[in-house]
Amino acid sequence: MSPAFLILALLAVAGAVAAVGLRNLIHCALALAVALAAIAGVYLHLGAEFIAFAQLLVYLGAVAILILFAILLTRGSERSGSGIFSAGWGWGLGVALGLLATVAGVFVSARFPRAAAAVSAAPAGARELGTDLMTRHILALELIGLLLTAALIGAVILALHERGREAAPGEGR
Amino acid sequence: MNGVTPYLLLSAVLFATGLAGALIRRNAIIVLIGIELMLNAANLNFIAFARFGPGAEQGNGTIFVLFSIGVAAAEAAVGLALIIAVYRHFKSAQVDQPATLRG
Amino acid sequence: MSEKVDQIFVALKHWLAGFAPAQWQPGVSALLSVAALLGAFAALFALTTLLERKGLGRMQNRYGPNRAGPFGLLQPLADGVKALTKEDVVPGGADRVMHFLAPLVLVLPVFLALAVLPVGRNMVAVDLDAGVLFFFAVGAATELAVFLAGWSSRNKYALLGAMRALAQMISYEVPLVLSALTVVMMAGSLSTVSIVDAQAGYSGWIPRWYVFTPWGLAGFVLFLIAAAAEANRSPFDLPEGESEIIAGYYIEYSGFKFALFFLGEYIGLFAASGLAITLFLGGWRAPLPGLEIVPSYLWFSAKLLALIAVFIWVRGTLPRLRMDQLMNLAWKFMLPMALLNVAAAGLWRFLPGAGWGWLVCGLLLAGGYLALGYGFRPGRWSKRGYRFAES
Repeated sequence: MSPAFLILALLAVAGAVAAVGLRNLIHCALALAVALAAIAGVYLHLGAEFIAFAQLLVYLGAVAILILFAILLTRGSERSGSGIFSAGWGWGLGVALGLLATVAGVFVSARFPRAAAAVSAAPAGARELGTDLMTRHILALELIGLLLTAALIGAVILALHERGREAAPGEGR
Repeated sequence: MNGVTPYLLLSAVLFATGLAGALIRRNAIIVLIGIELMLNAANLNFIAFARFGPGAEQGNGTIFVLFSIGVAAAEAAVGLALIIAVYRHFKSAQVDQPATLRG
Repeated sequence: MSEKVDQIFVALKHWLAGFAPAQWQPGVSALLSVAALLGAFAALFALTTLLERKGLGRMQNRYGPNRAGPFGLLQPLADGVKALTKEDVVPGGADRVMHFLAPLVLVLPVFLALAVLPVGRNMVAVDLDAGVLFFFAVGAATELAVFLAGWSSRNKYALLGAMRALAQMISYEVPLVLSALTVVMMAGSLSTVSIVDAQAGYSGWIPRWYVFTPWGLAGFVLFLIAAAAEANRSPFDLPEGESEIIAGYYIEYSGFKFALFFLGEYIGLFAASGLAITLFLGGWRAPLPGLEIVPSYLWFSAKLLALIAVFIWVRGTLPRLRMDQLMNLAWKFMLPMALLNVAAAGLWRFLPGAGWGWLVCGLLLAGGYLALGYGFRPGRWSKRGYRFAES
């Protein structure tokens, strides 16, 4: 464990906890951005350069901005009187903590097989990744293209105006 | 505590945080944030094993994370569009508000 | 001799790093590169503010700054002193921490992006395997900074400006990355150094730069337009349109923080221009075979200054776009053209000889341009309301 990893891990955990715990939604989204950037830093630390940059590009550049837009578009849904946590929050917290204890226990006690060569070998660079994507994983690549196109069209259709509703304001909601 | 274990512990903490956020918060957007965190925790595991595990030279873990990031982006777009559509309808983005499926 | 002059900065760096203990030498060497980049580009920023005001002044039939020093040369210094001594105002309702962080989050990534630009032979701060991707990845952080600035100010104009800027930056990021993608496809590498190496040599008198191919030319033009939009430059400067939303997202910034925003915007423009030079204009390579005795960094600087001049010229010439025109241009023209360009680059790879390539790719791109331009004829897209302003 190097100091760089410790700092990044602390940043990631602090960002994650803030992202789900803060009252102000915008602060939550920004804390999420910090956590995601720290995770990208951990990827860099692990030598996965390409993935780290892809993470920054997709999560910081697209997902975080998308979440911020959604928060601004749904403003006014936070009522001041009600709390930010749901009714059964104790159960939820219990489940999460129980899961954390179980998984962490397993990870600490487990012995992982270590290939001697793999530790020193640098992970695949951009060229190897590209070759792999275009040969062995070509079907998955096509599928993800299809999925992204479908998601794009679906998101546009979902977020479109409900034309019929706007025309008939008298209808009960 | 060396090799892959610290990364796995970090990912476990991130996953638990995301799960807690998805379970205990009332706002649908925070639930989505929690889901993103859980996905990222899983990705971190893939990268850690791709670096330290056996068979790392095949690069499958890295490829999987690339696809996972793509799927997460699609999921975020559709999820947020859904939240906005629900908000238009119920004037609320709380997960316990729209208790009915009727229009 | 010319070899020595060309490598003088590299040699200087090695000589300086030689004074450090052996195990610190990589770190010291990196620090020296960063310091050199910071100094050079900050100086260029100072020069450009003056050049821009002078150039715009000439285009608008006035003098521009001419009071501080000979020909107004000390104007940037005077501006700097003014920015430093001004009162730093933070609005009462502002989110103080975020308001403070926004300029830093903007300036840091744009300087990081400079690190992958090869500014001369052997002169790159870090040669990353995925350099082009790194450039776009750190560019993503500027969007967050813009949002931070607009939201934390608690000012409706600031928020409006930030929303406009975000919509614009996300829309133009797509053609920007796609036009860079053609070069990555043809060079077969994401590393900026390899891309410059792939453009080495001359065919006859013409250098083998990518701009001298049909897809490279189209990609270069698309890249420049998208880069201007990314940097919120005129004619895409509606996020900070002074006459509509009084400077947009940095309306509530004053003094040094405002200067930082200004700096970040210009450095972002330099970085984008530098990447355009690296991708399309052969990086630091000389335009003619005999001119290679001129040091490589001078060629890079000359190309950079030429591109900056083009941006100033465009700013002085074109009026600001409307929001719907901006979005139409991005999604109905730039994006299809960029996709066509990717297809043209793919065709070029498999066509025998440059003649056939020019014919087929040129016809494809010109046809696409004409067809898309036909969709933009006057009156075609003019009926457009603001959906969210209606209800």
